[in-house]
Amino acid sequence: MCLGIPGKITEVYDQQGIAMGKIDFDGIQKEVCLAYLPDIEVGDYAIVHVGFAITKLDEQAAQETLDLFREIGSLEEELGD
Amino acid sequence: MKYLDEYRDPELAGKLFDEIRETGKHHWTMMEVCGGQTHSIIRNGIDQLLPDTVELIHGPGCPVCVTPLETIDRALAIASSPDVIFCSFGDMLRVPGSEKDLFRVKSEGGDVRIVYSPLDALKVAGENPEKEVVFFGIGFETTAPANAMAVFQAKQLEIANFSMLVSHVLVPPALEAIMSSPSSRVQAFLAAGHVCSVMGYWQYEPLVEKYRVPIVITGFEPLDVLEGIRRVVVQLEEGRAEVENAYERAVLREGNLPAQRMLKDVFTVCERTWRGIGSIANSGWELSDKYREFDAAHRFTVTDIKTQESPLCRSGEVLQGLIKPNQCQAFGTVCTPRKPLGATMVSNEGACAAYYRYGRFAEVESANT
Ligand code: SF4
Repeated sequence: MCLGIPGKITEVYDQQGIAMGKIDFDGIQKEVCLAYLPDIEVGDYAIVHVGFAITKLDEQAAQETLDLFREIGSLEEELGD
Repeated sequence: MKYLDEYRDPELAGKLFDEIRETGKHHWTMMEVCGGQTHSIIRNGIDQLLPDTVELIHGPGCPVCVTPLETIDRALAIASSPDVIFCSFGDMLRVPGSEKDLFRVKSEGGDVRIVYSPLDALKVAGENPEKEVVFFGIGFETTAPANAMAVFQAKQLEIANFSMLVSHVLVPPALEAIMSSPSSRVQAFLAAGHVCSVMGYWQYEPLVEKYRVPIVITGFEPLDVLEGIRRVVVQLEEGRAEVENAYERAVLREGNLPAQRMLKDVFTVCERTWRGIGSIANSGWELSDKYREFDAAHRFTVTDIKTQESPLCRSGEVLQGLIKPNQCQAFGTVCTPRKPLGATMVSNEGACAAYYRYGRFAEVESANT
């Protein structure tokens, strides 16, 4: 449960007063809370932990991490799918 | 034995190993305090490929593993109550309590649900107003902002049937406890990157000064871990002790300020027992007075909890880096991930489970032969 995974923000919206969004982890879509990254925009990359974006990340670094997760097969495991 | 070509960038990994070998003139012992790093180190055989001069010991970096037995027993009691839906991160379900685990409660008819995010538990509460919905709020500083938001939202939206069993742990006081223990052999730390993404790393600066111990913040991918080790060795050889950020792509010195504001509102610092280690002052978070009404420990009075650890389990020594998992008699025999005796055998981030999964049944004599 402890890992943080990078993903790309594809949607930003408000839900009951909280900034939420959709995030794409290399093809797997999830809802994500964006309240802790108020400046984040569609197209940005962020590290997501238990459904919350905790820090921004540049695109290249994010893609490299995702490739690695795919390789070791821990992406699905971490996302609970 | 692992080989370098299993690394994604074997050339870079090889360079880092060479540099570590060339820089390290003395024997150095360092502790990683992130379960993701422990997993990565064992999976990639980093400890076996490193020169003999570098010893890694695995610290209490897995929140699942250090959640106190009493809290697990309390969770089991609450989850067994009628009219309760008990929501948890998946890896808590197999953590052994004194008599059973959450999976057992579920198979006995308890409504135990695995959720990905604490907000999912809040959703469950909204959909089941006639039930009490309890979320098991564990984790390090990385997970705390998510759990805090669920409680904050419950208050905002007046979701009165939601509560949280909180057992948060904090990294810096644990490092301090390790350093002040007379049996500690730790000369440097690799600190967990994502904890620092939230909290920043200024909190480590006083520790570095007080104990003259280098702390290098790094990620958990193999190359990140290697770079962290390299920087630790350089500092130790040069006689320096500084906080160094080797995970700049995800960590700022001040951390995530909006998250810290939320944490300050929802939680207050408390004494916390770490399973296998004992009580550490100021090492946990509990709900602040303002949110106490959402505290499951207050809402459900659970009495006569009599905790009983397995007498065979040595996870306390494992968590403090005093023994390696495969030095425990029960390792791989009576204790396996399917039937764990201790919490360190449960989660992938626990040292015992990592050793089991990657077949570390005997201590390797030498990495370089
Ligand atoms: S191998 Fe099992 S019994 Fe031994 S310390 Fe680890 S969790 Fe405890």
